[in-house]
Amino acid sequence: MAAIEILGLEKTYMVGFWRKRPKRALEPLHLTVEEGEIFGFLGPNGAGKTTTLKMLMGLVFPTAGTARILGRAWTDPEVKAQIGFLPEQPYFYDYLTAHELLDYYGQLSGVPAAVRKPRIEEVLSRVGLTDVKGLQLRKFSKGMLQRAGIAQAILHNPRLVFLDEPMSGLDPLGRREVRDLIEQLKREGKTVFFSTHILSDAEALCDRVAIIHKGQLRGVGAVEELTSSVQGKIEVVWQGTQIPASMKSLGAECHVTGDTVRAVLGENQQDAAIDALRRDRIRLIAITPLRTSLEAYFVEKLQHPQAVPENTVGKAAGTKA
Amino acid sequence: MTAQRRTTIIAGACLAVSLTACVLLQHRLDQIRPESTIEDVLYIDSPKVVKRASLGFDGLMACMYWTRTVQYFGHRHYELSHTYNELAPLLEITTALDPHLMPPYQFGASFLAPAPPNGAGQPDRAIKLMEYGIEHNPDNWHLYYDLAFVYYTELKDYKKASEIFDRGSRVPDAHPFLKVMAAQTAQHAGDYTTARLLWSATFDTAREKQIRQNALEHLRAIQVDEDVSHLQAAVTRFGERTGRLPSSISELCTTEHLPGVPVDPDGNAYTMTPEGRILVENPDNFPFASKGLPPGYKRSGLPKFHTKL
Amino acid sequence: MSARILHIARNTFREAVRDRVLYNLIAFALLLSGAAIFVGQISIDIERLVVVNLGLTAVSLFGVVIAIFIGIGLVSKEIDKRTLYTVLSRPVRRWEFIVGKFFGLAGTLVVNAFFMAIGVFGALLYVAHKFSKPDALILVALYFIILEFLIICSLALLFSSFSSPLLSAVFAFSLFVIGSFADDLRGFARMAHGFMRWIATGAAYLVPNFSTLNVISAVAHQQPLSAQLVLQNTLYALFYATMALSGAVLIFERRNLK
Repeated sequence: MAAIEILGLEKTYMVGFWRKRPKRALEPLHLTVEEGEIFGFLGPNGAGKTTTLKMLMGLVFPTAGTARILGRAWTDPEVKAQIGFLPEQPYFYDYLTAHELLDYYGQLSGVPAAVRKPRIEEVLSRVGLTDVKGLQLRKFSKGMLQRAGIAQAILHNPRLVFLDEPMSGLDPLGRREVRDLIEQLKREGKTVFFSTHILSDAEALCDRVAIIHKGQLRGVGAVEELTSSVQGKIEVVWQGTQIPASMKSLGAECHVTGDTVRAVLGENQQDAAIDALRRDRIRLIAITPLRTSLEAYFVEKLQHPQAVPENTVGKAAGTKA
Repeated sequence: MTAQRRTTIIAGACLAVSLTACVLLQHRLDQIRPESTIEDVLYIDSPKVVKRASLGFDGLMACMYWTRTVQYFGHRHYELSHTYNELAPLLEITTALDPHLMPPYQFGASFLAPAPPNGAGQPDRAIKLMEYGIEHNPDNWHLYYDLAFVYYTELKDYKKASEIFDRGSRVPDAHPFLKVMAAQTAQHAGDYTTARLLWSATFDTAREKQIRQNALEHLRAIQVDEDVSHLQAAVTRFGERTGRLPSSISELCTTEHLPGVPVDPDGNAYTMTPEGRILVENPDNFPFASKGLPPGYKRSGLPKFHTKL
Repeated sequence: MSARILHIARNTFREAVRDRVLYNLIAFALLLSGAAIFVGQISIDIERLVVVNLGLTAVSLFGVVIAIFIGIGLVSKEIDKRTLYTVLSRPVRRWEFIVGKFFGLAGTLVVNAFFMAIGVFGALLYVAHKFSKPDALILVALYFIILEFLIICSLALLFSSFSSPLLSAVFAFSLFVIGSFADDLRGFARMAHGFMRWIATGAAYLVPNFSTLNVISAVAHQQPLSAQLVLQNTLYALFYATMALSGAVLIFERRNLK
């Protein structure tokens, strides 16, 4: 079953003094996320990521369109027991301690009292907040708040977790920890949907990504396929500063850095390059297929304002009614 | 049906039901607690204290007290009470808060002075009220009128009334009528014409419904009194001429060369007892009439504003 | 369902307590004890009257001020601070949120009034040296004041669901003042004519009728109160609060959170 099916969700705000001017925050969005995958929702700031998430959470009402979460209508309150949400820059009741906050949220999520207490301890240790569980949240640093946010998102053991910019405000150690956590969630069989504008995180974590810009979906696909070798190039690295003539004749772009040379050639020229180096007894260090980074794909998609009509990669786009 | 739709319908229904219930309950509550309001109101019955307690919002408080006064009077009147003890304090507080509010003075003139059940029976307080009003509004001719009105109707001090009408007529922009009244009261004090002039003036210039009704009733009473006196005088003349009483009122009227038997303001003909006494048909409909009443007739003590305005 | 409402109510209460709201009781205690001692010294023969009037009026006013100050932020603060996001992402219905907040606030005020009542009776004992039977009426007056609180809470919540804290405070306070003069407003309405009469009458019935709930001077004079009055006032307060809360729910259900 698809974890999330977004069927044409759209949001238009009326702005201006008389609220007559329409402002399109999100064009009709069609997107499917499968269970068990880590899905990245990428886009620059103001692209519509948070708007989409807020609509899915029922905080904002779409101008048109519907969605299904775990097979049920997105407005169904019961479905909320199976999802967790970490909002962007979360803010919690600052007069509560972390423990009290989780206890309260646990109560609201319907976690039975007997299960709640051990679960809170477990979650707190998982996000590394055990030491400060008795401290009032108003004394928490940004990173600590972020962890508390993640804690409340996974407290009730949801099947699907939504994270809005989960790495924001964290130092590198914190970001590493969150990445580990997300991978762990996937191993537990949960689905993770997270939005970010930091591409390296997405590249490292996600199975699939969607790119959104100015309210429009620009691209969807599995990370591997999107970054699979584009244009079939290879990179050859060898010892020394010499560039064999035969290499030049192959049309390689060569750069000398310190005492190594890097050259970029076509994939089909791989054997010829190796021969050229062997003939001159030059020591080969590495041959690597050149992959496009997600960043390049991202930038390219941002520059071309055509929406991708349908989710074409992977499973067929769900059109269940 | 989505959850939101269901909640909307239930909340909407709750809203409608509660609103209706609130309105109905307020009605019921009003019935349980009509008396308590005035006692609450006059918990503070000193004008000075009220003024201080108003925190400077005198005008608004004056309006509220005036509203309460009218409610109070109307309520007691239709409840057929006999006393209006709180009327004077209410009027005094209202005018203390706002001395330039005019209706209370006229109300006081009409209803503070007359004896119960028509009024509070406190002409001296009425006079005090008018004089207070004149002190603060020396250029308002109507207040002189009101003061003279009290002297004329209740105290029957026609000389004083005339003096005050005269004083009032000197006020700039005074109604010329005041000069007329000054003259009338000086010379023809007890006449029906004078009384009629006075009550017509009140009826014409007052805007408050109860004052106008009161004036109207007085005018009707004057009509009856006048008619009865004329008819009674005719009976006496008849007796002097013929040495006997008329056999019927029609005989009397024919002798007097009247087109028919005169009728009272309600359209009912006057009647005559065998003893020659002229009677009005329904004395109850003329609460202020003093003539044409059957012998031994006692006013039921209930003021009645018979005619609807 | 009711469990969630209870949890939200408890949390609202906890927030009020941690916001040091209950410290107002200290000011109240000081005021009342000062007055009691002062009045006891000067022997003006109406000590009991003063203590009852002052005490009950203070309970009412302090409570209304607290109700408004906390109530106006109940919803708008959560929206502004976005603490609502993580709450509504759970199986909490929006209407449960409103109802829970209402009970939390009402509960805070009841607890507050309870402590104040002890203060009033204490001061009364001090000046009168003993309790007399009609003093039990003070409990009725307190009960009516609590009914007043219910109405004010529901109104504050209603305004908070769509308006900024400042505006909400203005509206709620205005309605409190106008509602205290509800009888006069209906008097005005009866004297008006035509179109104005309809408007005035409508307003007079919509405005919360606090004059019927204010029996402070009657109780001070030890006048009896009918059981009918108690019953009808109770019903009125409950229905009025329901009306305001229904309005709040209807508005909040539709609100797009920023």
